[in-house]
Amino acid sequence: MPDYNVMELMVCVASRELEEGASVGVGTGVPCAATMLAQKTHAPNLLIVFEAGGVAPLLPEMPISVGDSRTFYKGVMASGMVQIMETCARGTVDYTFLGGAQIDMYGNLNSTQIGFDHDRPKVRFPGSGGANDFASLCWRTMVVTPQDSRRFVEKCDFITTPGYLTGDDAREKAGLPKGCGPYRIITNMAVMDFEPVSKRMRIISINPGYSVEDVQKNCGFELLKADKIIETAPPTAEELRILREEVDPERYVIGR
Amino acid sequence: MGAFENGIGKLFTDPDPDNARAFFRKKSREMKSKVMTVKEAVEKFVHDGEYLAIGGFGANRIPTAVCHEILRQGRKNMGFAGHTATHDFEILAAGKIFDRLDASYVVGLEARGLSPNARNYLQSGEVDVTEWSNYGLAARFRAAGMGVSFVPIRTTLGTETCKYGAGKIITCPFTGEPYLAVPALYPDVAAIHVHACDIYGNSQIKGISISDLDVARAAKRLIITTERIIHSDEIRREPNQTAIPYYLVDAVCEVPYGSYPGNMAYEYFSDEEHLREWMKVEKDPDAFKKFLDKNIYNCKSHFDYISINGGMEKMMKLRQKELLILAQEI
Repeated sequence: MPDYNVMELMVCVASRELEEGASVGVGTGVPCAATMLAQKTHAPNLLIVFEAGGVAPLLPEMPISVGDSRTFYKGVMASGMVQIMETCARGTVDYTFLGGAQIDMYGNLNSTQIGFDHDRPKVRFPGSGGANDFASLCWRTMVVTPQDSRRFVEKCDFITTPGYLTGDDAREKAGLPKGCGPYRIITNMAVMDFEPVSKRMRIISINPGYSVEDVQKNCGFELLKADKIIETAPPTAEELRILREEVDPERYVIGR
Repeated sequence: MGAFENGIGKLFTDPDPDNARAFFRKKSREMKSKVMTVKEAVEKFVHDGEYLAIGGFGANRIPTAVCHEILRQGRKNMGFAGHTATHDFEILAAGKIFDRLDASYVVGLEARGLSPNARNYLQSGEVDVTEWSNYGLAARFRAAGMGVSFVPIRTTLGTETCKYGAGKIITCPFTGEPYLAVPALYPDVAAIHVHACDIYGNSQIKGISISDLDVARAAKRLIITTERIIHSDEIRREPNQTAIPYYLVDAVCEVPYGSYPGNMAYEYFSDEEHLREWMKVEKDPDAFKKFLDKNIYNCKSHFDYISINGGMEKMMKLRQKELLILAQEI
């Protein structure tokens, strides 16, 4: 089995979720690395869109910004934000990849602030950016984040971006498009999905070297467990080669 | 938060399209030269207390020279549209030019990290913040560009981004489904950097337009900075290339490398070294003050700023980086 670090594992696991022919709205960092890896391995016809307007680029290297010139390099179209978000609103974009400072059991995300007082936050983060829009409109939201009980919290200090809100059908009742929401949470220790009725986060796969107890110990709320929990397949030698040589030779993401 | 609650954030601008129409009715359609310096444009069109929007995407195709000049002229108490704002926000926060903020993306510089100074400014309580998503703000500019007081969107519903925003929940008269109505945003003044324009302000943009076509139409006054001024014949030869027509434009300022240290598609890449230095030096207030003096307050223009940061040699390297030319040391 080849040696790999946790970032490499998370990027490889995330990339496998993007099937050939799918469409994905992408942010910088891990999402971009995972998307590029998918484009260079099993999904060459992945339709990649960036919120600033880039459509279907052939990414020459990892963008630093979702609006830099790499995001429409050899693309089929250089459009604008409204055009991209309208494409998502029409139901054309299958996946989005997001991160955040905090996530709760319904997959709601916080990227706005630490502390509950909006007038005087303890720590201010960027806010929604395009995250709320992508998570509202794309069919399936995936989150890649380290497993840590300070991140996986009972209650987010601020819900920036919708998961399943308070669970059950709360999301659709609020007026968000029907039939979409969080799909996979990929951490260094496990892969989670959401139980279909309660919409609570559920362990479906454990990464090599970890146990269900490890995951629960590093989570601030009770995780559901799938009937059959499998072991996550580790990165293959070929995935690692492409990731290291073609996707992230400068180790911006995998060197973190 | 319940599902059907209106935003409790402050609405900083007037969404009434009839008030905007009355303004645009009087705005000149004369095709006259609007060429002036950035200093003149900011003196003439950017005033204390007004509401400002900046085009581009944070560190991509931004009107850096206008942001610097606003600091040099010491504008205060402005409102600001923090829409995909990164390095532009970092500059304006360094000058503490605004006290109210529509925030969809602020404080961060994407993959580069967070600006310590901008963050402190927002944590200080000195700035009134109303939350939006990027599309929420883009849709607000679009509503203004359409000449209507709002547009309905299907994002942010049920979240605290919505709660601390200033949108309102409406019910679709056809389906009965809830929508978020986001109010038209007419900035008093906006600045946009473009690839080329003529002396009247007819502007061409290459690559992605982000929200600039709507920002240009929404703004009451518009400053264009341009990589180069081209002859009007060129505009008329390819009118399909015109992104912004002259009658929206109040000032034309020729600023080569005007997005530096940001990226300009097909022209030059961002200066990552300089952007890293900014964020690093912000951690030490004394060093940051010296840095701002050197790079902004003691510079007369964008040319000064570029010359103390590597000049033409640096610009040439950034051009090669943009064009993916794998040149060795020159």
